[in-house]
Amino acid sequence: MLLEIRNLHVEVEGKEVLKGLNLNINPGETHAIMGPNGAGKTTLASTIMGNPKYMITDGDILFEGKSILEMTVDERAKFGIFQSFQYPEEIPGVKLRNFLKLAYDTVHPDKKLSVFDFGDLIVKQADKLKIDRSFLDRYINVGFSGGERKKSEILQLNVLNPKLAVLDETDSGLDIDALKIVSDGIKNFANPKVSVLIITHYQRILDHVKPDFVHVFMNGKIVKTGGMEIASELESNGYESLTV
Amino acid sequence: MSEKLSFDGKVNYVVKSKPGLDKKLIEEISFNKDEPVWMRELRLKSLDFFLKRSNPVFGVDISKLDVNEIIPYLKPDAEKSGSWEEVPENIKETFEKLGIPDAERKVLAGVGAQYDSEVVYQHIKDQLSRLGVIFLDMESAVKEYPELVKKYFMRAVPPNDHKFAALHGAIWSGGSFVYVPKDVEVPMPLQAYFMMASPGMGQFEHTLIIVDKGAKLHFIEGCSAPKYSVINLHSGMVEIYVDEGASMKYSTVQNWSKNTYNLNTKRALVEKDATMVWVSGSIGSAKTMLYPTSVLKGKGARAEHMNITYAGNDQHMDTGSKIIHVAPYTSSKVDARSISSDGGWAFYRGLLKVLPTAHHVKSTVECSALMVDDASASDTVPIIEVMNNEADIGHEARIGKIKESQIYYLMSRGISEGDAKALIVRGFMEPIVKQLPLEYAIEFNRLVNMKFTSDLG
Repeated sequence: MLLEIRNLHVEVEGKEVLKGLNLNINPGETHAIMGPNGAGKTTLASTIMGNPKYMITDGDILFEGKSILEMTVDERAKFGIFQSFQYPEEIPGVKLRNFLKLAYDTVHPDKKLSVFDFGDLIVKQADKLKIDRSFLDRYINVGFSGGERKKSEILQLNVLNPKLAVLDETDSGLDIDALKIVSDGIKNFANPKVSVLIITHYQRILDHVKPDFVHVFMNGKIVKTGGMEIASELESNGYESLTV
Repeated sequence: MSEKLSFDGKVNYVVKSKPGLDKKLIEEISFNKDEPVWMRELRLKSLDFFLKRSNPVFGVDISKLDVNEIIPYLKPDAEKSGSWEEVPENIKETFEKLGIPDAERKVLAGVGAQYDSEVVYQHIKDQLSRLGVIFLDMESAVKEYPELVKKYFMRAVPPNDHKFAALHGAIWSGGSFVYVPKDVEVPMPLQAYFMMASPGMGQFEHTLIIVDKGAKLHFIEGCSAPKYSVINLHSGMVEIYVDEGASMKYSTVQNWSKNTYNLNTKRALVEKDATMVWVSGSIGSAKTMLYPTSVLKGKGARAEHMNITYAGNDQHMDTGSKIIHVAPYTSSKVDARSISSDGGWAFYRGLLKVLPTAHHVKSTVECSALMVDDASASDTVPIIEVMNNEADIGHEARIGKIKESQIYYLMSRGISEGDAKALIVRGFMEPIVKQLPLEYAIEFNRLVNMKFTSDLG
């Protein structure tokens, strides 16, 4: 098992948001978690990544069989976990290319690339995602549109090549063309050795990416698990129909 | 940079004035420098102003600074030289540690090097002097170009401008004189380097630059000093005259040691369609007051001010910029940034003044301050006075800390917390630091890395 979440309880600013969540993900699997706004979707993504803002009061998260609760955010990244953000931060003055090179060398210390080889790698990935190459030499997310930020997240995913990608609302704010490109980027990353966890409100990205499992997430727990048919059901009947 | 310097005290001095300031000392300095009467009178008049005027009522606390304890004049035992071979070994070594002779060979059009009160080395590439470019130590200029110097010396900043301008006028020594003739573009920068090597001394170099019509110059000034336990005082002055259609860039990196009080005055008068660019990096000193000033006198004149200030432990940096729009259709841009760390205090003080005569002015002022820990402090006081209705003024001020969400974002990509903070701070400085000569950019990065125990390249 790659990721195993056991009875996870999480508090944010004194309020319990996750109330006993269980989830197992095997290598090669793509999972989707769907839930209404405010259900705690971002809390789940950030807790897996280790954001100190979220306090775990009970339960455990295992990655490749080891508890990661004591690990810092950067240690988890080096361990193979990646979070794509709904609102990626701007970092003025830091070029995307230089930042990604530093990150790549940090998470893959055994596979360090020369500046030129690394340049080839990111240009190839940028072209696939139809990201203008000039973006590589711009400051991280500064002046990027919503869609460009999301593409940049997927570019980082493909360059850093983690074992687990946790994608938080990657589809929000994308037009149809951008959604297709971003979905292709996710599929390009996915392979039998890595796993993807897509967290979303809507079905439309799932139509492209086609997850193996769909979970419905409400009131801090997973209330239902199945295949793509659940996504369609939610799309037509809404989350209210599922109130258990 | 100053930490790397070590001094064995082997430099001999032929003249070392006693601490303290009086008419007799001024006359002695003037006599030693074999000056014309007008200069001696300017010094004495300045001394008068200095004794009469009170300390500035704003800025840093200078109550511990006793000008009477400062050694105002120190002449090292070295004749001014035009080749490094002739500079005494122990002085040359100091400048070699700073990389000056090497930089001269590679990227500079000329270099002047001052050790304590006197210039010990001055050289300009032959092809530039053939074009009529003059690059001299200030004392030689007073003798060789008396008309030119007399016309401009302390005209942009008169001796009674403020107390430390008066002090400077009384005991100035060393510095550079530059004249670039009409339509001559100097292709590489000229650099002056100031070294304050002795404990308790004051350095008062005077830089006078005249860029004639349509000419172009980039001048770099660097300063450093080893650290002593007594107060050193630096009160230099830079006066720049940018004539019609000319273009001037003045870059400074101030890295005085932390026992130095740096009370400096810099002013440029900018004529019709001319451009003045100030790039200032302040790292060192205990206390600094520095506000480079552009007076936009001619129609269509432009000024750009870029400042980066780093205030670390025990430092109070009061820096800023002053722009006076006198003529119509003038424009200006200020980008001032500061970082305060380990209890340091960075204060931005800015004045943008648009006179009634200056219609159709365009100006943007941006100042931002980053405090990297809770022990540090930042203030910004940008004053804007607009005296007519036809001005387009933009202003933005930001004081903040490193955002947790930014640190988290970078860490989620595998970057350690220290490296993440260093990256964010370096990113904040980047637009200004990239304007500085490379070795100084490296020095800024080194400081940030040290703060966050980061080893980013």
